[in-house]
Amino acid sequence: MAATKQRIHPTLIPILESVSDPEIPVLSIMDMGVVRSACLEDDLVKIEITPTYSGCPAMDVIGDDIKAAFKKAGYTAHVDLILAPAWTTDWITPRGRKALEDYGIAAPLNEEADKDVLLHGKRLVTCPQCGSKNTKMVSQFGSTACKAQFQCDDCQEPFDYFKCLK
Amino acid sequence: MKDNLYSYILGIADNSLILGQRMGALTGHGPSLEIDIACTNISLDLFGQVRSYYQYAAKIAADGRTEDDIAMLRQEREYLNVLLVEQPDTDFAYTMARQFLFDVYHFLFLTELQKSTDLTLAAIAKKSIKEVSYHKRFSSDWIKRMGDGTPESHQRMQTAINDLWTYTDELFHQTEADKAMVVEGVGVDVSKLKEAYYNQISETLETATLQVPESKYFQKGGKQGIHTEHMGYILAELQYMQRAYPNMEW
Repeated sequence: MAATKQRIHPTLIPILESVSDPEIPVLSIMDMGVVRSACLEDDLVKIEITPTYSGCPAMDVIGDDIKAAFKKAGYTAHVDLILAPAWTTDWITPRGRKALEDYGIAAPLNEEADKDVLLHGKRLVTCPQCGSKNTKMVSQFGSTACKAQFQCDDCQEPFDYFKCLK
Repeated sequence: MKDNLYSYILGIADNSLILGQRMGALTGHGPSLEIDIACTNISLDLFGQVRSYYQYAAKIAADGRTEDDIAMLRQEREYLNVLLVEQPDTDFAYTMARQFLFDVYHFLFLTELQKSTDLTLAAIAKKSIKEVSYHKRFSSDWIKRMGDGTPESHQRMQTAINDLWTYTDELFHQTEADKAMVVEGVGVDVSKLKEAYYNQISETLETATLQVPESKYFQKGGKQGIHTEHMGYILAELQYMQRAYPNMEW
């Protein structure tokens, strides 16, 4: 979809990739899909980011971290928070999904599977610790707004599942 | 137009602020850890939405006030939330019944607000509705679990629904600002949501083996700033820091 396409100046990408989500430090804000545009006008950088959830307390920190990273690289960054189009878990990159799994957070399934898991208790989420699908939901709400709490019935480990948001 | 839009935004935002404050006050007091976390997650979503609305309201007012001033420094009569959201956490059944009775409305309301000709409101609605669908799922689930649970949980949930029922009709009253905004294509005609609301509520209550209350006696006033006795206590806590240390900042 054209409306959801990011407009990012290529020279800015490495700097943006150096900024990570403070709550999921293995995930860069680029892999998270929250950077919607970044343009360069002389040494002024204009960046638009969008929140994952409305109340995500990480957004203020991300804004400050972006400004600090660009300052270090010799730019002045201006960061705007935009709401439309609304963020979806589809914008997490394949590399981001891999980083989530490696970190111990199960990456979001598709919308239908997510409903089956959260509403009907189907066992479709793979445990990021042992790879078993014998997992169950403990609570729809987890340690942050974007996650649900799960437990693996094979290795018994609790883990977070990143909820599908569309 | 400007005054009506400002009041209209506050009318929407204040519901989420006060309900968010109620749910946030459960931090560390939830009946179990998971529910504690769920309630505070819901509160966080609502506060996030509220910030977007108040930032927009501050922009419309353009009188130097910030989102924080609007949230924290009004008098009780200036808050325009419905009476339902300010009702106390008498027990967990009341907390979930209040949430459920609001969530069903909130979801219907945001569905329509997405079509607003005001692009900021439409964007906030599109963002918020994804979060509210989770809230509705959670509260509906607890209505069913408690209603169709033990005789004790059934009785408690029935009592909570019966008591809070009197505050549901107000959700569908139109204020002057509402009417003006509907004409502009900005606002939602809430009176048209009523039928779908009661149908959905009845369906969930029936699944939960609960009786749909028949009372036709309804309370109103919140939308005009006339609140129940609970509101003052909520504001005393909500506004405490700004009243004790005026203009303090983090």
